[in-house]
Amino acid sequence: MRRLSLTLPLVLLACGLKPAAAERLVVSLSNHRVAVTSSFIGEDLVLFGTIEPDAGKTALRAAYDLVVTVTGPPETLRTRRKERVLGIWVNIDSREFVHVPSYLAVLSNRPVAQIANRDILRRLQVGLDDILLPQRIGLDIADTVRDDSFRAAFVRLQTQYGLYRQSGTAVTFLTPTVFRAAIPVPANVATGNYAIDVKLFADGAMVTRTTSALEVIKTGFEQYVAEAARDYGLLYGLIAALMALITGWFGSVVFRRD
Amino acid sequence: MQIYLPIADLPVNIFLVLGMGLAVGFISGMFGIGGGFLMTPLLIFIGISPAVAVASVSSHIAASSFTGAITYWRKRALDIPLALMLLSAGIVGTATGVWLFTELRAVDQLDLMIGLSYVTLLTIVGAVMIYESLRAEIRTRKGKPATLRRPGSHTWLHGLPFKLRFKRSKIYISAIPVWAIGFIIGFVGAIMGIGGGFLLVPMLIYFLRVPTATVIGTSMVLTLVTMASATVMHAATNHLVDAVLALILMVGGVIGAQFGARTGQNMRGERLRLLLGLLVFAVGLRFAYELGVKPDDLFSLRRVRSE
Repeated sequence: MRRLSLTLPLVLLACGLKPAAAERLVVSLSNHRVAVTSSFIGEDLVLFGTIEPDAGKTALRAAYDLVVTVTGPPETLRTRRKERVLGIWVNIDSREFVHVPSYLAVLSNRPVAQIANRDILRRLQVGLDDILLPQRIGLDIADTVRDDSFRAAFVRLQTQYGLYRQSGTAVTFLTPTVFRAAIPVPANVATGNYAIDVKLFADGAMVTRTTSALEVIKTGFEQYVAEAARDYGLLYGLIAALMALITGWFGSVVFRRD
Repeated sequence: MQIYLPIADLPVNIFLVLGMGLAVGFISGMFGIGGGFLMTPLLIFIGISPAVAVASVSSHIAASSFTGAITYWRKRALDIPLALMLLSAGIVGTATGVWLFTELRAVDQLDLMIGLSYVTLLTIVGAVMIYESLRAEIRTRKGKPATLRRPGSHTWLHGLPFKLRFKRSKIYISAIPVWAIGFIIGFVGAIMGIGGGFLLVPMLIYFLRVPTATVIGTSMVLTLVTMASATVMHAATNHLVDAVLALILMVGGVIGAQFGARTGQNMRGERLRLLLGLLVFAVGLRFAYELGVKPDDLFSLRRVRSE
């Protein structure tokens, strides 16, 4: 705990969080709770915000950049690679991605590479290339270089599923200080708490940041079924088997020919 | 109309799945089989993961075989003692299959194992069925009786100990091959998501000399119990049974089977066997192609756990 209290200010300093920021971010989310029902086909949330001078100390700068990072509840996934063995394709090698976001959206007003340099992006973990995606390598857990084939495949597959995305056009400045960001929530998102991190950049450096949150809950019959299958496996199985027997019996009664 | 499958975790068109249930049900009714060997591959081809497909189809087959078993029960075309004997080993086979299924899934080799099992089993069984029915066809053309072996003839299986008499089927046979067959069907069914009717019926006829009067009914009882227990075991250990998917398949399957059975009655036995053989063989080849051709994406993801 003592060590933590010593390192925390250092970490904050390293992140470039200046204690006396000249600007302040005020953000508001259109909806803090997304209810996923059986007919849910995805939804776009809207984040509105303004950049305000802090107690009138400094005049506002000419141009700002904004990066919104939305992180879903963590999960552990395994990425597998097929290779040809004796003429057939077999999963040979695999890597486990430990405690990585189940959903990750990096939304900005222009491509993150143009907003700040690589070092800053890496330090602040901005963008899919620079976010920490720890893999289990032997006994160690570490992130690899960004062009590691497993890491690249992991990000590519998650992007295909619509769970990871990076967009340099999702944030729009309505006036030089008022912005809106569209946060897409696809149908296959995990339930839980989502953290929203909003970072304001000017001249290639972070000026200030703020956070918000949203919650995804699943409701309705499908969710009830999924929860029952996970939490009461045996009972669920017995009910599924009973359902099969009833359907079968019903079929024999309805179509009885003798 | 799209419906979200809670366990398979993807939206599907309800009419597509219902249509698949009807089509497979039609074929299963026509040939007197469960149709799992067709349904599981179809589900895999529309994007449902092999693990969920195998687990969910088991409950679908339980439903269709229960319908069949009731019909045969009414006709008194069941050999209950023989079915119980097969079952005692079938349950052990199913439990072993579910255990192996879980182990293979943990080391990421389940999909491969399902594919390989389909290729070997279906191509061999399909080829044998085509060969046998063609030979019978040629024999009938020449004016000879279609039966290949006389029902009374003995094989080495009749020399084994622990002999039991099954009155309804009028056979006197050792318990060892009965148990072995029960175990194999239970095991293969749990791994591949098939009821095993297309394997069990020939096995009972060729090895145990069970007469045609009781063979299908008895096979359906075994299929029913192994598949119902596979459903419970898959749900309890792997949480992979998609009840919504299974229900749609069941409804389609039970209806389709009725129409299939009527069509099947109007066809000659040998012709039916040839058609079934060709179907089985084709599904086997499809899986062989899948294994041999380079996949579009060499990488795939599997969720280990969510925290």
